[in-house]
Amino acid sequence: MSENEKAKAEAKVKTQISISAHSSSTPTSASTSTSLFVVAASPHVRSRATVNRIMWLVVIALLPALGGSVYFFGLKSLLLVALCVVSAMLSDALAQKAFGRKMTPLDGSAVITGLLLAYNLPPGVPLWMPVVGAAFATVVVKQFFGGLGHNFVNPALAARAFMMVSWPTQMTSLWVAPRGNPLSGLDAVTGATPLALVRRASEVAPAGMDPAELLRQANSLPLLKDLFFGNVGGCLGETSAMLLLIGALFLIAIRVVDWRIPAAFIGTVIVLALVLPGSQLRPWFHVFSGGTILGAFFMATDYVTVPITTRGRVIFGIGCGIITMLIRLYGGYPEGCSYSILLMNVATPLIDRLTRPRLFGALPRARKAA
Amino acid sequence: MLTFRGGVHPRESKEATEHKPVEVLPLPARVFIPLSQHTGAPSSPVIKKGDPVKTGTLIGEPAGRISAATHASVSGTVADVADLPHPLTGRRGPTVIVDSDGTDTPDGAIKERDYSRFTNEQIVEALRLSGVVGLGGAAFPTYFKLAPPKEKPIDTLLINGCECEPFLTADHRLMLEQPAEIVEGVAIMSRLLGVKNVLIAIEDNKPDAVKTMSSAAASSGFKARKLKTRYPQGAEKQLIKACVRREVPSGGLPMDVGCVVQNVGTALAVRDALRFNRPLYERVTTVTGPAVKEPKNLRVRVGTPVKNLIEFCGGYSAEVGKLIMGGPMMGIAVSTDEVPVLKGTSGVLVLDRAATVFKEHDCIRCGRCIEACPMGLAPQCLNNLIRRGKLEQARAEHLKDCIECGCCAYACPAKIRLVHHFKYAKSELAAMERKQ
Repeated sequence: MSENEKAKAEAKVKTQISISAHSSSTPTSASTSTSLFVVAASPHVRSRATVNRIMWLVVIALLPALGGSVYFFGLKSLLLVALCVVSAMLSDALAQKAFGRKMTPLDGSAVITGLLLAYNLPPGVPLWMPVVGAAFATVVVKQFFGGLGHNFVNPALAARAFMMVSWPTQMTSLWVAPRGNPLSGLDAVTGATPLALVRRASEVAPAGMDPAELLRQANSLPLLKDLFFGNVGGCLGETSAMLLLIGALFLIAIRVVDWRIPAAFIGTVIVLALVLPGSQLRPWFHVFSGGTILGAFFMATDYVTVPITTRGRVIFGIGCGIITMLIRLYGGYPEGCSYSILLMNVATPLIDRLTRPRLFGALPRARKAA
Repeated sequence: MLTFRGGVHPRESKEATEHKPVEVLPLPARVFIPLSQHTGAPSSPVIKKGDPVKTGTLIGEPAGRISAATHASVSGTVADVADLPHPLTGRRGPTVIVDSDGTDTPDGAIKERDYSRFTNEQIVEALRLSGVVGLGGAAFPTYFKLAPPKEKPIDTLLINGCECEPFLTADHRLMLEQPAEIVEGVAIMSRLLGVKNVLIAIEDNKPDAVKTMSSAAASSGFKARKLKTRYPQGAEKQLIKACVRREVPSGGLPMDVGCVVQNVGTALAVRDALRFNRPLYERVTTVTGPAVKEPKNLRVRVGTPVKNLIEFCGGYSAEVGKLIMGGPMMGIAVSTDEVPVLKGTSGVLVLDRAATVFKEHDCIRCGRCIEACPMGLAPQCLNNLIRRGKLEQARAEHLKDCIECGCCAYACPAKIRLVHHFKYAKSELAAMERKQ
C-alpha cells in the first residue's frame, strides 16, 4: 500500500469515526433509524418517460398499418410480420447473449425493427426471407455496433438494402394486388407499385408524351383516394397513408416524434415535385405513394440514427426529401425513400457536429468560432 | 408570459404544504452550526468550548473577501468546537456545538434601530456582520452581491419569488405572510444599489402571492411580475433572461448585464438585519415529501438537527429512501437525519424507497436533454466525452456553463445520471487546474 493510499484509508476511517461521534453527541430521540439513507446526485425525481415506454408506444402506433396490410394483402402478411418480429427479437436476444450484454428482448426495440422491416417487404416474398432479413437487421446492423443506441443506420432499412442486393428479383417483383383493386392495364398480373408503374410508363411512352398521361389513358394511374387508403400495390405496411398517419399523429401528439422531421421531409418532396424538371406527377402522388409516409414518420424519426438537435433534424428531413426525389425522378430505382434515409443516417454525425445548440450567453465572437 | 428557453415542468407537488401557515419549531436542545454554510471562505471561530452565548451572538467572523459571519442560534453554552464532516459536502470543518439553556435569551445587540440615515457602507457592513446569505439555496454572501464594483453599473434588481423547485413552499408562505416585511427589505436593497427598476418575479402557480406582493409593493413602485411555471425559472441567469431579456455572458455574473438577483427570503433577512440588528440565525424551510407523515412549513434555528424537524412533522410515514436537503431537482441527498439545518436549507424532502431507484439504459439519442437544457448545452455529447475520459474536450464544449439544474437528467428516458457525471467532471477539472 502506497503512502497516498494509506493516508486515504486513514482519512476514511477518521470520517467514519467522526460520523459516529456526530450522532452519539446528538440527543437521542424516539426514532432510531439504523440504516443510512440513499445518497445520489440530483435530480431526485425523474420524468415518467423510459426507453421501453417510448419503444412500445411506437409499436402501438405501427399497429393500425398492420391491420391494413392484413386487410389488403391477406393473412399471409400477418405471418410475414410475425416472422419478422419473432426473428428480430430472438436474434437480438441471442446476439446480446453471445456478446455478453444484458438480454433485453422486451424493450420493444427489436419489435419495432421487425415491424418496420416487414412493412418494407413485398407481400409475396418467401417465408424464409423475412427471418434472414430481421436477423441481419438486429445482429449485423444493431448488435455488431453495440446494441440499441449505438447503430449508425436504421436496422430495418439497412436490412432491406441488404435484401435488395441479395435477392433483387424477389424484392422487386413479388407484389400482390390489394383486395378489391385488381390492377388493370399495364401491369395487371403482379400488381406493381404505383411508382414502378410510372417508371415503366415513362420507358414505353412515345417521345414527348407524358407518362402520367399514358397511364391515365390506360386507366392505370391510381387515384388519390386509393393511395391514401392504401388500396394499391406496394410493400406490406407502406401503402395506407391513412393508417400510418393515425399512428404517426398519435406519436406526435404525445411528443415521442418530433413533427419537424416529417414536415421537412414531406415539405421538401412537395416543393421538388413542383419545381424539378421531369416530374410530371402531382405532388400528392409523391407524398402518398411508395414509402414516403412510412419513411418520413417512422424511419426518419428513429432517434438513434438521426441528428439529435432540432435544427439538425430539420436538415435531415430536407436531405431525405431531396434524395428521395432525385432517385425517383432521375435514378435507377422507382423508389428512393429508404435509400434517402440510409444516406442521411450516414451524414448524421456530421450534421450533429454542425448544429450544436446555441450556448446561453455565448459571446458573439465565441459564437463565430464555434 | 415571461419565461426562458428550455427547462422542464415536473409535477409541482406543492399541495401538501402551500396552504399551511409557517409554524415555529420548538427550540432544539443542541445545535450544530458549521462555520461554512455559505459560498466563500468559512468564518473563523471567535468562541471556545465552555463559553456562554446568547441567541444571535457572533461565533464566527467573516474571514476573507467573500465570507459570511456565523451566529449562535440558541442561548446556552458552547459544548464544543469540533471538526465534523460538512452536512452537504462531507468535507471536515469546524462546527460549533451549542447546548441550549432553554431560555432563548437574545444577544444584547439585537434591538430595533433607525437605519434610515445609514450610509451605503454602513448597510453593507451591517449585512456582512449579520451573516446574511442568499436563502434560495446557493447561500452566496448577500453583502458581496449588493456591493458591485463601480465599473459594473446596476439598473435592475430582481427579487426571486419563483420557488421553481417542486415540493418547496417556504418562499410562497413568506410572500403570503410577510409581504410588507419583504418589501421593506427590497427597499433597503434598491436604495443601496440606487436602482429604480425593481421586479418581484413569481411563477404563475402562486397567484395569491402575486396578489399580496403587488399590493404590498404598490406604494414603493416595485412591480410584481408573473412568470410561467417552468423549472428552472428561479435560476439566476434564466430569471434575468425571462424578466429583462438579457443574457448573462458565458462565465459571467448577473452584474455583467446590470442585474442583481435576491431571493424573497433574503430580502426578509436583510430587513431583520438592518431594522433589528438581528443576524441570520433562523429561516423558514419546508419539510415535505411522500415519506413524511405531516408535511409542514417551519421556522427553524440554524443548526437544528433535521431529525427534530421530522419528529415535529409526525415522523416518517414510510421507509426512507432519500433525505434531501433542498428541493428534488438540485437538493443534496444526505445519509442521515442527524445533519443540521443550514442557512441555505430551503427544504427537507423525504422520498420513499421506491422513488430512489432508476434503471439506467444506454442513450438512445432522443434529444430530450438538449431540448431541456436551459443553458444551450448538449448534455448527451458532454456525457459521452466524460465517459470516455475526454475532460478537456468536455470543457471546450462548455461543461463549466452547466448550472447543474438537473433538467437533462430529469427528461432523460434512459435515466442516465447526467448531473452526476457533470459534477464529477467539473471537480476533476478543478483539481487539474489547481495542480497547474
